[in-house]
Amino acid sequence: MALFERSKFARLMGGKKKVPDGVWMKCPACNQAVYRVEVESNQEVCPLCNHHFRIAAHSRIEYLVDEGTFVETHANIASTDPLQFKVGKETYTERVERAKGASGLDEAIITGFAHIDGHRLCLAAMDANFIMASMGSAVGERFHRAAMDAIEERVCMVCIAASGGARMQEGILALMQMAKTADAVRQMNEAGIPYITILTDATTGGVYASFASLGDITLAEPQANIGFAGKRLIEGALKVKIPEGFQTSEYQFNNGFIDKIVPRSEMRETVAKLLSYLTPA
Amino acid sequence: MAGKKKKSKGATDTILPFERHIFELEDKIRATESEEERKGLEKQLQQERESVYPNLSPWQRVQLARHSQRPRMLDYTTRIFDDVFELHGDRALGDDPAIIAGIARFQGETVMIVGHQKGVSTEEKVERNFGMAHPEGYRKAMRMYTLAERFNFPILSFVDTPAAHPGIEAEQHGQGPAIARSILQGLSTRAPIFAAVLGEGGSGGALAIAVSDHTAMFEHAIYVICPPERCAEILWRDVEKKELAASALKVTAGDLLGFGIIDTIMPEPGGGAHRNPDGAAQVLAEEIEKFLAASKKGQWSPQKRQEKYQRMGEWYEDLPPAACVVADQG
Ligand SMILES: [Zn+2]
Repeated sequence: MALFERSKFARLMGGKKKVPDGVWMKCPACNQAVYRVEVESNQEVCPLCNHHFRIAAHSRIEYLVDEGTFVETHANIASTDPLQFKVGKETYTERVERAKGASGLDEAIITGFAHIDGHRLCLAAMDANFIMASMGSAVGERFHRAAMDAIEERVCMVCIAASGGARMQEGILALMQMAKTADAVRQMNEAGIPYITILTDATTGGVYASFASLGDITLAEPQANIGFAGKRLIEGALKVKIPEGFQTSEYQFNNGFIDKIVPRSEMRETVAKLLSYLTPA
Repeated sequence: MAGKKKKSKGATDTILPFERHIFELEDKIRATESEEERKGLEKQLQQERESVYPNLSPWQRVQLARHSQRPRMLDYTTRIFDDVFELHGDRALGDDPAIIAGIARFQGETVMIVGHQKGVSTEEKVERNFGMAHPEGYRKAMRMYTLAERFNFPILSFVDTPAAHPGIEAEQHGQGPAIARSILQGLSTRAPIFAAVLGEGGSGGALAIAVSDHTAMFEHAIYVICPPERCAEILWRDVEKKELAASALKVTAGDLLGFGIIDTIMPEPGGGAHRNPDGAAQVLAEEIEKFLAASKKGQWSPQKRQEKYQRMGEWYEDLPPAACVVADQG
């Protein structure tokens, strides 16, 4: 029960596992010491170099949608341990509990309805604090149901993606979530429901190779790591040096895979603008 | 089938530890001149096979699935199809030799075939990048899906890849989006799709062409979210834990059938497909025949296929209680 109380408390606090505590913090991009308050009041973007910190899903929602309009859905969908997976002494169930404690979330994706500039939409936001925002069955099912909600209510679907890939602890069932989420997108396509993806640092692996790549319109935050295979894997496999700027948003934009790179401070107005064009009849 | 084994040095290099005793018995059978001794040895060989192969550890199955002499896609297609007209190129950037595609005839019926080819000789392996496809390969596969749908051919897909190619060019050309769109097209196409996992079904690179109405998997094949070595590196931080990772990941045909990811296990001839490619090809041909017959009876539909993938996974609903409380509060 203690665990339940803690995770509930964290959740009620908005799941805000933000930049580390302390008055000062160091920006990993420019290596400068910056005021923590200043970073937080700047939507967690470094005021000196414009580095976009990796942030919690609840913060993302807060920055994106009209205040107080987000209503969570499908929070009752939770992971099981289909493989009885264990690393050392820790079972996967315990790993999930640890992630809940660390993130204040109950899964790596949050779904719900909200408004942006008055436009109602269905929203999914992923959170790297929860096992690298990896995709297991619960993530796949939540995404799928959110897409079905968008179809039923005839509103746009917006997905803020971040992920290390499919969740290894759920083995082949996690891999199959690529097909399941792709099918959710197929259904939105057929129903004429606009689907906008916002790729954030880092969107990789099986999530990038499924629903995160299938948006009608693809936006990305600046300097996010976006790609299929991890840089270290490529370096190890090919024994080559990875070029500067590889797999950044800008790189993927130049290669033709992103419609627009949008700074966090402009994301809300950008999505609002798109919704004004796209809201289904 | 036993007599086919070549007794060259090259062949002994590829004998896996658990196969050694079997090979020794086979050598003895070939060497003996006494009919009585031969009969005894053959009985022993049979018993040895029956005790070894059904009891392989998951890691041993990984080794078998990757066996250097395991039949590859072309070993099957040359045996199964009367005629293959290979088609090349993705009509955008190039032709990926890791994926073979073309029109073929199976018992008089035109089919579209698509699959990974790992390669047999060292040269071919390099040429085909060990069956690890680039986006060009997946786009070529998508082209074939489009043609199959237009001309009403069934699609037969052969899966045998360690993974999609991890590389700079592959990323530049959109490996993630190519896999995603290939999966999407596998779900959408009106053409019926049969998929066979021949050896290694490795991660998204396999799934890209494995979405199907009916998936058959060879007894000693594996189908994984990622190579066990990589899982060991990431979760155990020690690549040497690969055997543990192989067990934990549940990679065997039996596991996959249990999870409802595949529909049939194709039994392999004694000692595995690499000991008897003709026998293995026969098994695969019979599966294809059954699939096409069912197709004519209208057993497959895109909707049924889509629903199958919509159901995949295992999750709790309304459990644990903490999640419900939070949901009520919006
Ligand atoms: Zn900075």
